[in-house]
Amino acid sequence: MSITMYVPRDSAALAFGADEVAAAIALEAKLRGLTVKLVRNGSRGMFWLEPLVEVMTDAGRMAYGPVTPEEVTSLFDAQFQAGSEHSLRQGLTEEIAYLRKQDRLTFVRMGVTDPLSLADYESHEGFAGLRRALGLSAPEIVQQVLDSGLRGRGGAAFPAGIKWKTVAAAQASQKYVVCNADEGDSGTYSDRMTMEGDPFVLIEGMTIAAIATGATQGYVYIRSEYPHAIATMREAIDLATAAGFLGKRILGSEHSFHLEVCKAAGAYVCGEETAMLESIEGKRGVVRAKPPIPALKGLFGQPTVINNVITFASVPIILARGGAFYKNYGVGRSHGTLPIQLTGNVKYGGLIEKAFGITLRQLMYDYGGGSASGRPIKAVQVGGPLGSYVPEANWDVPLDYEAYAAVGATVGHGGIVVHDDTADLSKLARYAMEFCAIESCGKCTPCRIGSTRGVEVIDRLTSGTNQPQQVKLLRDLCDTMLHGSLCALGGMTPNPVLSALTYYPQDFGLALPLAKAA
Amino acid sequence: MATETIHHAIEVLVCAKKEMPGALLPLLHDIQDAVGYIPSESVGLIAQELNLSRAEVHGVITFYHHFRSEPVAQTVVQVCRAEACQAMGSEHLWAHACAVADCNLTVESVYCLGLCSSSPAMALNDKVHARVDTDKFDRLVAATRSAA
Repeated sequence: MSITMYVPRDSAALAFGADEVAAAIALEAKLRGLTVKLVRNGSRGMFWLEPLVEVMTDAGRMAYGPVTPEEVTSLFDAQFQAGSEHSLRQGLTEEIAYLRKQDRLTFVRMGVTDPLSLADYESHEGFAGLRRALGLSAPEIVQQVLDSGLRGRGGAAFPAGIKWKTVAAAQASQKYVVCNADEGDSGTYSDRMTMEGDPFVLIEGMTIAAIATGATQGYVYIRSEYPHAIATMREAIDLATAAGFLGKRILGSEHSFHLEVCKAAGAYVCGEETAMLESIEGKRGVVRAKPPIPALKGLFGQPTVINNVITFASVPIILARGGAFYKNYGVGRSHGTLPIQLTGNVKYGGLIEKAFGITLRQLMYDYGGGSASGRPIKAVQVGGPLGSYVPEANWDVPLDYEAYAAVGATVGHGGIVVHDDTADLSKLARYAMEFCAIESCGKCTPCRIGSTRGVEVIDRLTSGTNQPQQVKLLRDLCDTMLHGSLCALGGMTPNPVLSALTYYPQDFGLALPLAKAA
Repeated sequence: MATETIHHAIEVLVCAKKEMPGALLPLLHDIQDAVGYIPSESVGLIAQELNLSRAEVHGVITFYHHFRSEPVAQTVVQVCRAEACQAMGSEHLWAHACAVADCNLTVESVYCLGLCSSSPAMALNDKVHARVDTDKFDRLVAATRSAA
């Protein structure tokens, strides 16, 4: 009898030795004369359990983790191939509370299927959205996306349907669809997981966008720091093309769409959409002034749909189940779900896809189990390096674009970085300015010069030199960066700096009243 | 690789890519993958074949952190120093890595490997590792060196 086992191929599992575990399982099975079918699935997103090995049983998939190669023999001895008890057994995967409490829509197949099996993808609702889209007119597809309330998941939260509508209405002989997979924010990896663990969903979402807007060529711009994502996407594109889901006359329709991977080269600013376009064109990733907007004059001067990985990956289920289905999730004007990445100093870090409206406290304690170090949690940065540090007073604010904006924070790409009480917020604020100085494209002065001056002012402030003046200067500088920068890099670097200064003045050597006065 | 071999390899790569739209970045990737870095002597050839100025090619090479103009050691360690790794002690790991760097070990900063829930993270010759402390660092580097 053949036994099916799953060992993830996600980078985060590989980083804990998943390849070595897979090899040990194959060897041990051979020695015991057992036939084991090893599936290299994506990760379920419970990273403290990686490598998480699953065994198919009559009751469902039984989880064991974290498995080391050394423990493989004892697992076989305990008959784990039949789902038996072992100290590493976590129960049926679907029953693990961390996973069971989630709303997995975009990540519905994550860790479940073989990422490069078209048959697996199709048997789990894959290409249902594309098939539905092929039966609709372009305006009808756009209407579905508008009805869903889907907003750009890269951070800007612009309604995806409106962007598509603009590109669809533009007149041009060539249009493009570009996926921004330059996921440079610390504390985020949902794009990487999608490309490594369910690449066809991104291909399907981009293809639907192409059909809706009349684009025939697409690019996925992936960071060079993600070699596994690049390799998996390239393989998936080849497989999808060979099977007729990409290329000329998709599934026999009149629509054609060609897709390529474009490998980035380690510039954070290329996550800004216009810098990314310059980069794809083979130039320095220097930000363009807007207008013109990329929807009208984008890649090579042509109308271009640009969305983040998660935005595109959310589209197939919207088309398959309808815009209203998706819109029912969430709160306020934040519809649908967000794949939240719980990271940093947290006990149970991982991928949590939930409807908008969950709070940081629920995420950090109910899911995360508190800090990894066991020390009190002091600060949380939400939304990447350009997001604010959220103080405890705001940990009960529902995760929602508008509610966060109201307290001076950003949801961004859904990355949450937890820091315990050993964190020095003045150092983190200094780091934010330093990072901006390293990564600035140099086009506008507030970002290029302001970031360097910011580091200097923070240094003077923390060394105690004429503090009231430095505080005033720092706030003034941040104001200039915020209002005078061309893009979000310079414009949002003040978020972490000012939130650190406002909520943690003691870390800068300031007494609380002084900061309040400033 | 000998200088002439490098020059020939680069010529072949340039010819393969020069008709492609936005060819410069893919070409630079190809060269770095094949040679390990982008030799400054190749800038003129690339510029000529792609119909760009030398300044444009040099500008692109130096803009992107990924591209190197100098050869690196046999073993390259990239330590992630972004916030999620800082929250788990990456600065301590970074200091340790810098202290043991030598002519056979290049240590570089990287800003996010996307392993933020298993920090601190690093890449060792393109293989990723999570939850790295100084002991694990020493063990991994020693194993790579003895295998080399």
